[in-house]
Amino acid sequence: MRKLAVALPAGADRPYAVRNVNFTVNRSEIVCLVGESGSGKSVIAHTTMGLLPQGLAATDGEILLSGENLLRVREARLRQLRCTQMSMIFQEPMTALNPVMRCGDQIDEVLATHTGLDAAARRRKVLDVIRDVRLPEAERMIASYPHQLSGGQRQRIMIAMALVLEPALLIADEPTTALDVTTQAQILALIRDLQREHGMGVLFITHDFGVVAEIADRVAVLRQGELVEMGPTEALLSNPQHTYTKMLIASVPSLTPKRRDVVTASIVLSTVGLSKTYKQRRWFARDNRDVAAATEVSIEIRRGETVGIVGESGSGKSTVARCIARLIEPSAGRIVIGDTDFASISRVQLRALRRKVQIVFQDPYRSLNPRRTVGEAIIEGPMNYGASRDHALARSRKLMELVRMDPTAIDRYPHQFSGGQRQRICIARALAMEPDLLIADEAVSALDVSVQAQVLALLDEIRKRLDLAMLFITHDLRVAAQVCDRVAVMAHGRVVEYGLVTDVFANPQNAYTQALVAAAPGRNWNFAAGVPITTTS
Amino acid sequence: MSALLEAAGLETAIVPPPIVRAGALRRLRSNPGVVIGALILALVLVIGIAAPLLTPLDPAQINPSYRNKRPGAEATLRNDDGTRRTVTHWMGTDSLGRDIYARVVYGARASLIVGLSVAIISVAAGLLIGLVSGYVRWIDAIAMRVMDGLMAIPAILLAIALVSLSSAGLVTVIVAIVIPEIPRVVRLVRSVVLSVREEPYVEAAISVGTSTPVLLVRHVLPNTIPPLIVQATYIAAFAILVEAILSFLGVGIPPDTPTWGNIMAEGRTLFRVFPHNILFPGVFLALTVLAVNMLGDGLRDTLDPRMEKRL
Repeated sequence: MRKLAVALPAGADRPYAVRNVNFTVNRSEIVCLVGESGSGKSVIAHTTMGLLPQGLAATDGEILLSGENLLRVREARLRQLRCTQMSMIFQEPMTALNPVMRCGDQIDEVLATHTGLDAAARRRKVLDVIRDVRLPEAERMIASYPHQLSGGQRQRIMIAMALVLEPALLIADEPTTALDVTTQAQILALIRDLQREHGMGVLFITHDFGVVAEIADRVAVLRQGELVEMGPTEALLSNPQHTYTKMLIASVPSLTPKRRDVVTASIVLSTVGLSKTYKQRRWFARDNRDVAAATEVSIEIRRGETVGIVGESGSGKSTVARCIARLIEPSAGRIVIGDTDFASISRVQLRALRRKVQIVFQDPYRSLNPRRTVGEAIIEGPMNYGASRDHALARSRKLMELVRMDPTAIDRYPHQFSGGQRQRICIARALAMEPDLLIADEAVSALDVSVQAQVLALLDEIRKRLDLAMLFITHDLRVAAQVCDRVAVMAHGRVVEYGLVTDVFANPQNAYTQALVAAAPGRNWNFAAGVPITTTS
Repeated sequence: MSALLEAAGLETAIVPPPIVRAGALRRLRSNPGVVIGALILALVLVIGIAAPLLTPLDPAQINPSYRNKRPGAEATLRNDDGTRRTVTHWMGTDSLGRDIYARVVYGARASLIVGLSVAIISVAAGLLIGLVSGYVRWIDAIAMRVMDGLMAIPAILLAIALVSLSSAGLVTVIVAIVIPEIPRVVRLVRSVVLSVREEPYVEAAISVGTSTPVLLVRHVLPNTIPPLIVQATYIAAFAILVEAILSFLGVGIPPDTPTWGNIMAEGRTLFRVFPHNILFPGVFLALTVLAVNMLGDGLRDTLDPRMEKRL
């Protein structure tokens, strides 16, 4: 299987979505295509499958699949090749599967289209492949609809669908990005195993160097549609040649926490037995189902300290953050800030105290009102508390400098800024309130790794300069290891482990924490030093 | 690390390039539906406003000696001072000898007033109720049940009831059309509010201490404007049609007032012999409604492309 130059016109911000890209994927190897958002990695995958959206077309080069140029063949032949010779799995298994078809039928459809097998033989094959992707209760799985399965199970169904005809090439487009870290580890292991068993070539697209270290045989680094570097995984990670690759690898936060002094300053925030229960009131049902999103959460944050809450999706970490900011009402427990109980004060009192707790949200594209200028966003809070417009504007320019942005940019609209820039603006907006506590709710999760590193550095610098208390919510253990003094690990709404980050990461006590740390992709690779880590546990 | 970042060409302080936004106005001008619709509508508007300049005849003046004349018929009228003049009935006369051209031209006024005021009143009322009920949970439950009730009232039945209670007239017609339209606007606004209130920027505004009324006006309301503009055009088109229907049925504006519906109602009995009585107001009515709808579709495509599939 050979691949050659692919060039595409985009007509947008650059003339080519992908230009002059040469690489090969051999049988029985996993090639990782790494790049930041907009680097064209998905475009390559979609070109190969012949799934380019209208308006995009390959203009040059050829893609050779077992000697056949995919850019020259007709649609009918392409349809024949899909699934039989090449398959693709997608990022979001919920939307990639048809929600109104049973999983078994969806796999069966592939067989019915491409083989002449009768119904009984097809069913046997479907059951086989379901067992092949290590799904339990194969009979139940094929009778289930996608929404009845978990994210990991859905991704396994996708993989089963892709592999049922044993293609020579599997294209995996960020297949684990939407999954939790423990599930991600399982899926990565599965892909690795299946690739070995079937001797396929796998083109694995990812933005995560942890995943690269985990799975790849060879790595190709893309930047703005151009291939900057390619080589065997170990060589590339330990001795990157191109400055861009160096920068990317240096931006990967280390899993080993920095040694930090224990903060002993005064306590800014403490929660005691904080709980949030969602009550489902149903009119005609006898039982009322209650969902406990957070149960008995007790944490403390001191001045100048960063406390992290880590956990997988649905663990209740965001619920805790939003309760502390009183964006949702806690159902029980106390939130003590200074000497007031934030959880029980009235709405009027709350308005006066709101400024003490500020929050930076995950999605930089939605956390700024697109119709209002950046300056208006920043001065809104201070003006609510009686600042004059001129004074607030002057301060907002200073804050823009503080977050390393051009102060004259306050007259612009959010759409004129990149994700990382917008996140800086959100930080400036939060700081304009002069808060005691800054909550960062997955504030860097939506950012590319190089931008992420910059924003993390900025947050850390601001915390030091303003002596802020910071609550850092994240699912990424690497990020937590780098910025937090202490971490609380949450699972199913409860804090299962709470302590200094160095202790929790080096020597986790709770079984769940152990599983979480063990599942972190690329944990056996030291990105800063460029050497494998020999685990000593 | 910062040295590395700079080496890779990434600045720490970043100035974004100025982006010129393609103006909404320019996009509207390049949409044929908007252009044609707006032109026809402007023409009807001019006809309505300039009606006294377009015809020397009084649309209510009855002339028994020139009843049921065909289009283009000439007539001799006596002026107040006793002199005589000859006029041409370009669209003929009706069974009372009134000039149909004059009536059609003046009739544009009624249609435009009804269309415009129904659109403005129902959008304003619906916006207010929708904003509040979309944002305040407990009001929502009550308001939406009331809206469901209102939606069950057919405009025509309501008009008949209102006319029998008070007198037939422009205000009655507008009220009768507005009431069943309000729930549609409320539902639209409410659905936008429900999705926007979950946006992080709304939560961010809450956490910097913005009060609820300011929050609604500043952060939520602007999102409802594009779909509302579109909805308002559909309401206006619908109102013009319903006004014509009501007048035609005799429960709308009194028959001596020239409206397109009234002219057609009057001409109904002699339609086979003198089709012009219905033809001319009918053409104007159809063109106006078509223009408003074309404008609405064009606005929808440019202002709110996502709505294309919803309506």
